[in-house]
Amino acid sequence: MKRLDAGEAAAAAGLLAAIVALWWLASHQQWVSKVFLPTPEAAWASLIDGLAGGDLGGFTLATVGRMLVGWLCASVLGIALGALIGSSAAARAWLLPTLEFIRPLPASALLPLAIALFGLSPVMVLAVVSFGAMWPVLLNTVHGFATVHPRLGEVARGLQIPPGAFAVKFGLPNALPDILAGMRLALTVALIVTVVGEMIASQAGLGHAILLAARSFRAADLFAGVLLLGLIGLVSNSLLAAAEHRLLRWQRP
Amino acid sequence: MVELAPPHARHAVIPRWVARLRPWAVPALLLVVLEWYARTIASQSDAIAPPSAALLAFARAASDGSLATATAFTLRAAALGLVVGALLAVPLGLLLGLSRRAAASSFLTVELLRPIPSVALIPIAMLVFGFGLRMELAIVAFATFWPLLVLTQSAVRQLEPQLLEVAAALQLSPRKRTLSIVLPAIMPRLFVALRQGVAIALVVSVTVEIGANPNGMGYALMLSQQSLDPAGILAWLAWIGVLGFAINALALRLQRALARRMGESAP
Repeated sequence: MKRLDAGEAAAAAGLLAAIVALWWLASHQQWVSKVFLPTPEAAWASLIDGLAGGDLGGFTLATVGRMLVGWLCASVLGIALGALIGSSAAARAWLLPTLEFIRPLPASALLPLAIALFGLSPVMVLAVVSFGAMWPVLLNTVHGFATVHPRLGEVARGLQIPPGAFAVKFGLPNALPDILAGMRLALTVALIVTVVGEMIASQAGLGHAILLAARSFRAADLFAGVLLLGLIGLVSNSLLAAAEHRLLRWQRP
Repeated sequence: MVELAPPHARHAVIPRWVARLRPWAVPALLLVVLEWYARTIASQSDAIAPPSAALLAFARAASDGSLATATAFTLRAAALGLVVGALLAVPLGLLLGLSRRAAASSFLTVELLRPIPSVALIPIAMLVFGFGLRMELAIVAFATFWPLLVLTQSAVRQLEPQLLEVAAALQLSPRKRTLSIVLPAIMPRLFVALRQGVAIALVVSVTVEIGANPNGMGYALMLSQQSLDPAGILAWLAWIGVLGFAINALALRLQRALARRMGESAP
């Protein structure tokens, strides 16, 4: 990653400040109706009030919790199933076309089916988050395990290493970059499905909160919620990028 | 104990017709099991329908026109949103790729705005546009804008430096340099980015319809659930799946054909 020098950092901060200033001007001059666009200070006040005394803190925790639990379930399931399928050429030949077929299906399209199966419960949202987020992890893990060099397999057979140990000692390290890339995509999917799930199943959380704010024309609260969702995306993505950087250090020359 | 044959030699034993049919085996088995399960154990269920009933529901939707209307709405919103997203993202990506100063000064803003989940904008778009084509289009445009911006920028960054040197030696104007040197050179990568945009646009448009917008295939799916019609749920889900798969496969073919025509090996 390149380092910015002082002038460039100032320019970067300047552009951001200019955009906030434009927002301030547009809302105060009523270029855009206040119904849609709150003033920056109103959105900020709503954010601080909501976090200090209101429900916003609780909603944020609920959304983050749902996203993380769903993502962890998705990662564990995806890696386990992916390792099983990826290790066997026969399993890949029979199953992979079906898995590839389901890949483009929007995870949120499973919400109606899940509502019919489980009702409007928290478990339902969690199930769809896990299932939707599992897909990128699963397919990337299969790919990572499938691309272990065939000679390594021959060596392992020669050394009579059992298949389980082979998967852990040869497959997993080979698949790690793919798995981590899949997990990063899965985190994005998990956040999106969590928000949509909260919206349509009326589960307490930021997704439901911003929908209610929009329905009652509370633009400041709406923007505060969107800011928090952006922050969740930013923080989770950066943390995972840092983890990826550390975990893959051994691969770089 | 020790297998001496190389791994690929074992595949040659399988007859061609088995290999041809193999991808269909698992889906066929799943359909048969579902049919049996829905007709026996879960015959009173509001959630599970046999695939044959879903096929009937699909035929009904096809004959009364609701299939065509909903499909056309979703595809139109996805396509227009992608076009708007691309028209905004590609020029900006060219600028950020060509000018180091522009890239450095917009870096912070881009990194702060990009992680906002597209669905978080559903309520804002609802307020601004109400329900309908425009709100869905706006969200699809937002969702496709960021990946297209980043991919265009990195495509320009990875240009051969000689190309830009030639442009400088010929003393081309910035406009001419962009249109006749940079844009053709990044075309294959741009098509890869657009193909990914197609996949995102489809997913986001259906998601917006499920979350809020009472139009299109996503809403038809929600409506089937609300009217306790499991055959309808299965029919719409399968249709969304097949359509998404077909459009993605088509986009991939198109992108590869264009890459070949432009003299590049397919990436």
